[in-house]
Amino acid sequence: MSAYVYSVLAIMGINIILAVSLNIISGFCGQFSLGHAAFYGSGAYATAYFAAAGTPVPLALLSGIVVAGLLGLVVGFASLRLRDDFLAVTTIGVSFLFVGFVRKQAWLGAEMGISRIPPSGLGGKDNALLILACALATIAFSLYMNRSWMGFGFRAVGDDENTARTIGVPASQYKLVAFTIGTAIAGLAGGLYAYFTQFIVPDSFGFIVSVTLMAMVVIGGTGSTLGVVAGAIILTLLPELFRFVDNYRLLIFGGLLVLVVRFAPGGLAGLGRSTVQMVRGR
Amino acid sequence: MTPALEIDAVAVRFGGVQAVAGVSFSVASGELVGLIGPNGAGKTTLLRIIAGVLAADVGRIKISGQDVTRLPTELRVRQGLAITHQIVRPFRSMTALENVTLAAGHGITAHPLRALLRYSRTAERTRARAVLASVGLAGTEDKAVTALPLGQLKRLEVARALAVDPTLLLLDEPLAGLNRREAAAQIDVIGAINRRGVTTVLVEHNLAEVVRVCRRLIVLDQGRVIADGAPADVIAETAVREAYIGKGANNAAA
Repeated sequence: MSAYVYSVLAIMGINIILAVSLNIISGFCGQFSLGHAAFYGSGAYATAYFAAAGTPVPLALLSGIVVAGLLGLVVGFASLRLRDDFLAVTTIGVSFLFVGFVRKQAWLGAEMGISRIPPSGLGGKDNALLILACALATIAFSLYMNRSWMGFGFRAVGDDENTARTIGVPASQYKLVAFTIGTAIAGLAGGLYAYFTQFIVPDSFGFIVSVTLMAMVVIGGTGSTLGVVAGAIILTLLPELFRFVDNYRLLIFGGLLVLVVRFAPGGLAGLGRSTVQMVRGR
Repeated sequence: MTPALEIDAVAVRFGGVQAVAGVSFSVASGELVGLIGPNGAGKTTLLRIIAGVLAADVGRIKISGQDVTRLPTELRVRQGLAITHQIVRPFRSMTALENVTLAAGHGITAHPLRALLRYSRTAERTRARAVLASVGLAGTEDKAVTALPLGQLKRLEVARALAVDPTLLLLDEPLAGLNRREAAAQIDVIGAINRRGVTTVLVEHNLAEVVRVCRRLIVLDQGRVIADGAPADVIAETAVREAYIGKGANNAAA
């Protein structure tokens, strides 16, 4: 396979990790976040910073996970007081704050970003395989989590957090855990991205990226891990398969989002379930 | 013996309205108490304060001797409290069985990280089926809650509350919206729960059914306790009749 194919696979793997991690927060736990790119970016910047300082690859990646997870924990505290649209607006603010902050930090390369990220030591092919392995691990973890009692608790909090409290579910703790785990995984994606590109700039983690990730979740099917994976794959490959899509990316993604919300609120996962039920019903 | 519930000088004000004004009473273990009063008396507000859904401005609340005044709802549940809602609030993405199974696993969900390490639901599911059957909901297990009629949803509220193994059960208008037959069946279920030893506080407007099972009534009016005692004595009190019908009720009756 060509270097181009491996690079597409790498980006697809990163998008899968990001979409699945956002689905843990928004799909499983019902906390609508439009700032996921900020956590992705904080992971990328932390990894890039430590990698450029000579930190070994595993530790540099770990720093990205920890920094993004801690930032997620802080934003998670906001979710204890804010709900629904107010939380969404707050996380949009986080997205802009992150880019605005990074742009002004000389030690993070300001507008020019961090460009001297050393290679991970893996070639293009092995780098892509590492990213895909991380994506598979994230999918497996998400599937397990959803079937565990933690996932059960998330569903209750997402449905009605006050009622969840009346059956002993500590809703605040669940929301903090969802934010921390989801954002830590986004930090891992950021670290992998930093090693993949070896060059990061603030604009790679802007609000549009957050919206694109939410589009992957909604189009795939909010709350469904496999649906979200399908959403991430489709929205990654569309611009690659049809070049004209790249020029109208926002228009097409936005249009798809509107169509899904209007005609198939369950997304691809919902359509899949309906089709299976229809076939079984025959 | 330590009372199951002690309320001491609890008060709460919403803006210019004193919703609950210095209410004090205690409920003995195993009692079934009817908390009644006209609309706006503060019954639901008081129940929500006991459950920790609302915070009182002043006063103390003890469950089985433990001061829970500053505890959040989920920690009061661990002290043995359960509550049902006046307007049914099932988890809409779940089946009836899942709603009750989740409550039956309250010991697991109490700690998110412990919950992550637990996968099997077999024991909790078995218990949930038994609880559903005990409130007359056998056969509804796999139904989506959105497909259940109000009568069954009211019972599901009770089943979900029972599944947390409460020692103190707060029921907020469990008969509201039910027809006469459904209400009679529901009150029989409540009576049976109480006979199993669960202390129960019942807020309800259907006085005929309340009097059928409660051996003690507490009457609230304008946020204050105006009567407390055996149902026949309480209903005969002038203050209670005036609260429900208005001043001059006894004169008019005479």
